[in-house]
Amino acid sequence: MGLKQNLHNLKEKYKGTKMAPAFNAIHTFLYLPNEVTHGGTHIKAADDLKRTMNTVITALIPILIFGMFNAGYQHYAAIDPSLRTNVLANFFTFDNLWIGIIKVLPLVIVSYGVGLIVEFIFAVIKGHEVEEGYLVTGMLVPLIVPVDTPLWMLSVAVVFGVVIGKEVFGGTGMNILNPALTIRAFLFFAYPTWMSGDKVWVYDAVERAGTADAISGETILGSYAQGQEVIYSNWDKFMGFIPGSVGETSTLLILLGAAFLIFTKIGSWRIIVSTFMGAAVMGLIFNQVVAADIITESSKFYGLMNTPFWEHLMIGGLAFGAVYMATDPVTASQTNKGKWIYGFLIGFLSIMIRVFNPAYPEGVFLAILLMNVFAPTIDHYVVQGNVKRRMKRLKAKTA
Amino acid sequence: MSKDIRIKKGLDIKLVGIAEKTTKISNQSSVYAVKPEDFHGIIPKLTAKEGTEVKAGEALFHLKSDDRILFPSPVSGKVTEVIRGARRKVLAVKIAADATQSYKDFGTKNASEMSADEVKNYLFEAGCWPFIKQRPYDIVANPNQAPKAIFVSAYASAPLAADLDYTLAGKEAELQAAISAISKLTEGKVHVSVGANSNSPLASLNGVELHKVSGPHPSGNVGTQIAKIDPINKGEVVWIVTPQDLVVIGELFLTGKLNLARIVALTGSQFKNPQYVTAIAGASIADITKNNLNNDNTRIISGNVLTGKEVKEDEFLGYYDNQITAIPEGDDYEFFGWNKPVFDKVSTSRALTFSWLTPNKKYDLNTNTNGEHRAFVVTGSYEQVFPLDIYPMQLLKAFMYKDLDEMEALGGYEVAPEDFALTEFICVSKQPHQKIIREGLDLMREELG
Repeated sequence: MGLKQNLHNLKEKYKGTKMAPAFNAIHTFLYLPNEVTHGGTHIKAADDLKRTMNTVITALIPILIFGMFNAGYQHYAAIDPSLRTNVLANFFTFDNLWIGIIKVLPLVIVSYGVGLIVEFIFAVIKGHEVEEGYLVTGMLVPLIVPVDTPLWMLSVAVVFGVVIGKEVFGGTGMNILNPALTIRAFLFFAYPTWMSGDKVWVYDAVERAGTADAISGETILGSYAQGQEVIYSNWDKFMGFIPGSVGETSTLLILLGAAFLIFTKIGSWRIIVSTFMGAAVMGLIFNQVVAADIITESSKFYGLMNTPFWEHLMIGGLAFGAVYMATDPVTASQTNKGKWIYGFLIGFLSIMIRVFNPAYPEGVFLAILLMNVFAPTIDHYVVQGNVKRRMKRLKAKTA
Repeated sequence: MSKDIRIKKGLDIKLVGIAEKTTKISNQSSVYAVKPEDFHGIIPKLTAKEGTEVKAGEALFHLKSDDRILFPSPVSGKVTEVIRGARRKVLAVKIAADATQSYKDFGTKNASEMSADEVKNYLFEAGCWPFIKQRPYDIVANPNQAPKAIFVSAYASAPLAADLDYTLAGKEAELQAAISAISKLTEGKVHVSVGANSNSPLASLNGVELHKVSGPHPSGNVGTQIAKIDPINKGEVVWIVTPQDLVVIGELFLTGKLNLARIVALTGSQFKNPQYVTAIAGASIADITKNNLNNDNTRIISGNVLTGKEVKEDEFLGYYDNQITAIPEGDDYEFFGWNKPVFDKVSTSRALTFSWLTPNKKYDLNTNTNGEHRAFVVTGSYEQVFPLDIYPMQLLKAFMYKDLDEMEALGGYEVAPEDFALTEFICVSKQPHQKIIREGLDLMREELG
């Protein structure tokens, strides 16, 4: 009777046992279940959570592939800066991709492997179905860590992020903090010397440090923060031929991903647009502070404050955070009005933290985590507006 | 002054099997049944025992808490069986119909000469009170609470809904008599809404406030219209009558007989000839659908695909229903159904779902859930199909954790389960919205009165 029938028989066999959720997770991955409606509407729309999550993953795949090439490119370009003179010829090479395969792919495999094991264990223990949230989280995690992140560190962080960030709250849909960013924050705070130096961003820079072959792995933000010259053109910054976390560098691909998410109606355009707006406003304020001579070159904040506001939007993790992190529907504001406020504050705070953070010139993940915590508060006040309107109507009637 | 209603938020689900405008006169069924569960939330007290001979219009049971509210037999005949469920709950009262029908005579009346109490008593006596429903709570109206207005929606926007312009054509006299009667029951107005481009027999009634409705479903839902015309506040009640039931009430006033015959639309892809048939409330499904139904793995629904009830062939047409829908069951697996491009299903997203490309295509949807039940994850999608000034997800959550203060504050008095049918249809997490709302409303009714 073929695979379909065999799997159906197995499903009946596992029904009610402890292993049922684990089996169903694999089964439903292959086949849309044969479940029919009972009570309520007799027909249902085509979308389910798997399809929704899959759309986000689709939008991430070009970024992952680009990130793999970029891992190799940054490595070789750090050794031989002359490669940077003709980027396009030296970017999509097999040597670059090979570095990506040996450095980036393991991050993806470890992220998915460890995360899904934790998910399956929780599903079996708690007897609920394996939920799809981790499909996206598992893809996001390798894209927001530096390429030289050790795999054991990533494993520890993933376990922490999935258990503390999500499962203790009840799993997908119940968490307060974005799990991928919880993992990123854990890495940052648990291993600060490793994660925030100027080496970890480029493959092999850590190994070579202190030797005659030493290469720099400094990010643009790092250079600005220290008042150093930046060698990358705006074209490089927009296209993403720069060091940084694996998936955050290419503003172009991130914007294409944003367009896809908005078109498919999976990502919230309100959050994406308002995050960029918030960041631009904060950047402009800093630019004005510099223009008004309130801050001079002697200040340690001068470098980043003097960075044009539009450049802030292209460098660091802002674009990636705005499009893929802030839009996580579970941890974002849930009301449309709330989404504008939530996104704006993320952008605003991102640039503020980026400029003022003494240890590490980036603030996007901290800003998003902070706003994750405040999202329910924002929603509360938005919803209260609706409640007040209702009360007013009642008063007008009875008066 | 009439107020037109235009809504933008909503979704027209276009399905295969729209009823062709021909009416077949169906033979009388041999068995009819009245199911107390059609009248949500009532506790019946049987007055007709098994073996009793009843006339059409004679009461079978009344409300336990109010013996004025009678529930009549749709046909004359003999009560053959009272089907009971757990704890002796009455599930259905079956009546074997006489070959020639005899009606109980309630005497003709002229509503314009009657007082409100006289109208009420006449409706009680003839078993017409269950036609009057109320909001909040979406239940049979409580006659002791005066409504601020009465609403009639003569525009059916639900998928494959019976065209009321067609089924009620020529019933102007009955409709006018009924409107004259029920308008005595409220100090406020009687709001009647018709489709903007319709040729409705209700468009020319006297003594009503007429509204023209346009926009996608749920524009025809009376809940949408109430919200746009005169929203319900705490402590207020509105009453609702469907146009089809107005015809019954009108006929009662004009002839003194209770005639529950109506025109029913047979719709959906599993009917060989989707068309209209005549039927009496409570008629057996098998009789109405005879020689027309493709019964191979079919879901039969008394009502429409969004809010109707699943019935088997040996069951009966719902008391208020004017539509039977038959669609294929979807109890099969679909290989990689969750990620492959989808052309044959409806979706409000564009996540490799292509129904946005073909807005006029008619779909043959089945009953597959297209995914498993999950916690709420996606936000902002319900709002696109939900035209009320209410936060749908927040209200659903309040109903789930049963916080009465929030349920009240967020608009619990203004909603009925059917208002959440579209959000349930598009729900990515496959949550049972209508059930959540129904249970929440029952709780509110119990706790807040």
